[in-house]
Amino acid sequence: MSDATSPRRGPAAALSRFFDGDLWYNFRTSPLAVIAAIIFFGLSLAAIFAQFVAPHNPFLAPDLMDGMMPPMWESGGSQTFLLGTDDQGRDVLSLILHGMQVSLFVGLAAVLLSVVLGVTLGLIAGFFGGVVDAVIMRIADIQLSFPNILVALLIDGMVSASFGRATQAALALPVLVLAIGLSDWVQYARTVRASTLVERRREYVQAARIMHIPSVIILFRHILPNIMGPVVVIGTLGLAHAIIAEATLSFLGVGLPPTQPSLGTLIRTGNDYLFSGEWWMTVFPAVTLVLLSLSVNVFGDWLRDALNPRIGK
Amino acid sequence: MLRYTLRRVLQAIFVMLSVGFISFSMFTFVGDPILHMIGTEGTAADREALRNALGLNDPLIVQYVSFLGKMLTGDFGISYRLSMPVSDLIVERLPATLELAACAIALSIIIGIPLGIFTAIRRKSWVSQGILMGSLVGVSLPTFVIGMFLILIFSVNLGWLPAFGRGETAMVGNWSTGFLTTSGLRSLILPSIMLAFFQTTLIIRLVRAEMLEVLEQEYIRFARARGLSDRVIWFGEALKNTLVPVMTIVGLQMGSVIAFSIITETVFQWPGLGLLFIQAVENADIPVLATYLVLVSAFFVGLNLLVDLLYYLVDPRLRGGQGAPK
Amino acid sequence: MSALLEIRNLSATFATRRGIVSALSNIDLSLAPGEILALVGESGAGKSLASSCINGLLPRNCRISEGEVLLEGQRIDNLSNKQMEKIRGAQIGTIFQDPLTSLNPLYTVCQQITRTLRAHRYISDADAQKRALELLEEVGIPGAAQRLHAYPHEFSGGMRQRVVIAMALALRPKLIIADEPTTALDVSIQAQILELLRRLSKDHGASVILVTHDMGVVAETADRVAVLYAGRIAETGPVADVLLRPAHPYTQGLLGSIPSMERKLARLPQIPGSMPGLTAIPQGCAFNPRCPRTADVCRQVRPEAHLAGARRVFCHFAEELAS
Repeated sequence: MSDATSPRRGPAAALSRFFDGDLWYNFRTSPLAVIAAIIFFGLSLAAIFAQFVAPHNPFLAPDLMDGMMPPMWESGGSQTFLLGTDDQGRDVLSLILHGMQVSLFVGLAAVLLSVVLGVTLGLIAGFFGGVVDAVIMRIADIQLSFPNILVALLIDGMVSASFGRATQAALALPVLVLAIGLSDWVQYARTVRASTLVERRREYVQAARIMHIPSVIILFRHILPNIMGPVVVIGTLGLAHAIIAEATLSFLGVGLPPTQPSLGTLIRTGNDYLFSGEWWMTVFPAVTLVLLSLSVNVFGDWLRDALNPRIGK
Repeated sequence: MLRYTLRRVLQAIFVMLSVGFISFSMFTFVGDPILHMIGTEGTAADREALRNALGLNDPLIVQYVSFLGKMLTGDFGISYRLSMPVSDLIVERLPATLELAACAIALSIIIGIPLGIFTAIRRKSWVSQGILMGSLVGVSLPTFVIGMFLILIFSVNLGWLPAFGRGETAMVGNWSTGFLTTSGLRSLILPSIMLAFFQTTLIIRLVRAEMLEVLEQEYIRFARARGLSDRVIWFGEALKNTLVPVMTIVGLQMGSVIAFSIITETVFQWPGLGLLFIQAVENADIPVLATYLVLVSAFFVGLNLLVDLLYYLVDPRLRGGQGAPK
Repeated sequence: MSALLEIRNLSATFATRRGIVSALSNIDLSLAPGEILALVGESGAGKSLASSCINGLLPRNCRISEGEVLLEGQRIDNLSNKQMEKIRGAQIGTIFQDPLTSLNPLYTVCQQITRTLRAHRYISDADAQKRALELLEEVGIPGAAQRLHAYPHEFSGGMRQRVVIAMALALRPKLIIADEPTTALDVSIQAQILELLRRLSKDHGASVILVTHDMGVVAETADRVAVLYAGRIAETGPVADVLLRPAHPYTQGLLGSIPSMERKLARLPQIPGSMPGLTAIPQGCAFNPRCPRTADVCRQVRPEAHLAGARRVFCHFAEELAS
């Protein structure tokens, strides 16, 4: 009954529509977007299967004799270590692959958290209005008066004040996800609220209400699918933000410990050797990080223009 | 006018009270201040005495009001880590951060606005495409990576500019400034570029989008129909309309520059508020964290208010008359 | 009497994603000094586009593909943007539909008028202001001296359109293009604005091209009228002839669907169907699928101009219908 009133699609139909649609055509004819997507998926696959792809296992006790080796094409380099080794003799390439895995995981988890939180609160604020709306949006306003990175740092600082630094190291990963995720929900909430305010007045919502369908179902099954476009765009760009935020926090020393290296942690440790000439310890992780966030950003930028024809050429 | 201003001021006060409450909660609920002050050696009686002396046994609302009172008089408590009044620390560190932020903001405006205009009015040219692509790369580059590469190139390889610190500073009253010495100015260059980088890319994209939007307006078409030249249309008719909304966002960005300087100050070991803050995070130094929070939001709210009032001066539609603002 | 403006065999095309689309096709028009010519038609018929071809303010994806536009015997369709800037405002004044959006909200009326004056001649601040005041007085703004330094939002809609007219006419152009100048205004104010246009055109001997979809406006204001359909001219001639004895079936249909005091009908007649989009203009006469008189020839051959007195009618049965 309710399905007839709300414009829903089956997954198979959606898929074939997608490949017929303007979006796919637009994608195929945007070389930049295709390149970005290929780079991103290539890096992601390498990261997901780091355990199998990486030439060495950086977590096994390394040989300190192998320490500080430059990349193989420099003098003193070795075929065994493609991109050289770090101060403890760990293979930089393998470290990067494992680090990317952590970075991507934190980024995705944080985006997921902020999407779930922001979309839910935005739907509720837009649909119910009144006091609930006022409270949620005031909180959003207040949080907006602080940059994300500051909010994330504060959350991290409070956790370590509550549990002490030692415990915090064990909790580093979830705390990092929490800090980044909580710092970034506001823009989803604002966008979703604005779209919900529009959708709320549409006939299909009115019809569902008359049929006494519970609000929760109206919100998540009827309204939500119709407002996901902008959320997907913000989410894509948000992934780049989250990956950068993770790296920044780890670089600032409040993220992941060196035993659980992410790209940010690798750059931080490498940074100490930058002045003494061991540039490869920093430069390779940094380039990987930039490649990762740039490919996501280029793709997200394309997606935004493609879904919003008004800004188009 | 009065009503408008009053509403803005009330909103600002509400935000500050909320932030004050968050910061107060940090003091009250996170960690135990007594433990920090006398350590674990003190007896239970000692602690209780101190609790009473500090008013920690009073009802929460009384504590909150007295906390706000202290904040207003500039009493921000004692740093757990440095055992110094937080207000002294702030006064000592504030000039470094403000000078850095001011340079970065000036730099991003001076570079960002002209480039944004250029990419809007010459949108098909290769240079514009290049600038836009560059700005996308700029958004994707983590700022600390930019800082590191600046150091690698200009300090390590070329040896032109200092890689850390403020250089020599001169005292003007209570204010230590790096503007008056050569080494101070040289030290400012790299950190300012790093801090300005992200803001600049943001301003370029914002100005471009606004300008393109304005150039599509009917009054621009009418101006063309009256024979106004491109130059007059761009810089006489469209520019002001572009900059009004840009001003708001740039104003708000200034607040975040202060916070972003945390990263810059870490990379360049710049002795400002950001470095103080990051050390406070590492050591769970709650009074410093809480004060920083209040300070940054006060700065932000103040700027917000200023931008609103400025808006009012620039846009005649808000100044009453018959027509209501759109 | 030589024509002030002459449009010869003008065609214009849009470049769209699906290829080149013809928007105007073989338009011929001429305008005598002091004459008021109305371009009428439904929205999308190309009447605004035709006026844009004259002042050179075509949409970005549109260009003139054929024909020429002559102002006082000089071609202006092939001038560069810089050369056109000198003509726009000085020789061709344009008035747009919506006075709310035609004025820049952030500058005073005085600033916007003086800027227009300065675009074309060297003039001192004091003189420019004096001239601005005269212009506002001329278009009938009460208390012009006090309102010279007011912002657009401080004027009502009708007053704003007067300001727009003052600006468009600041340099006494010989040709005025008025693109739906009264559509966005209250009915009570429309007549005043039209009267003002008429008066100014008479006082300065300026010709007017009046773009409108309103036959009432045509009857009240214009000397001559050209009816456009799907980017082509259907019929042109003196207003009295065309309105009282329409010769083209489209004009007849158009006039038949206007309510009238004399004939009381249960239901107004309407033309069946709707105007074709630019991508689907039928072969032969563009109007043939909707025309009550359609014959085989209409589906095959595009009609030539048939002269009927002072009129030109693009219909195979023009003579028959006019009588």
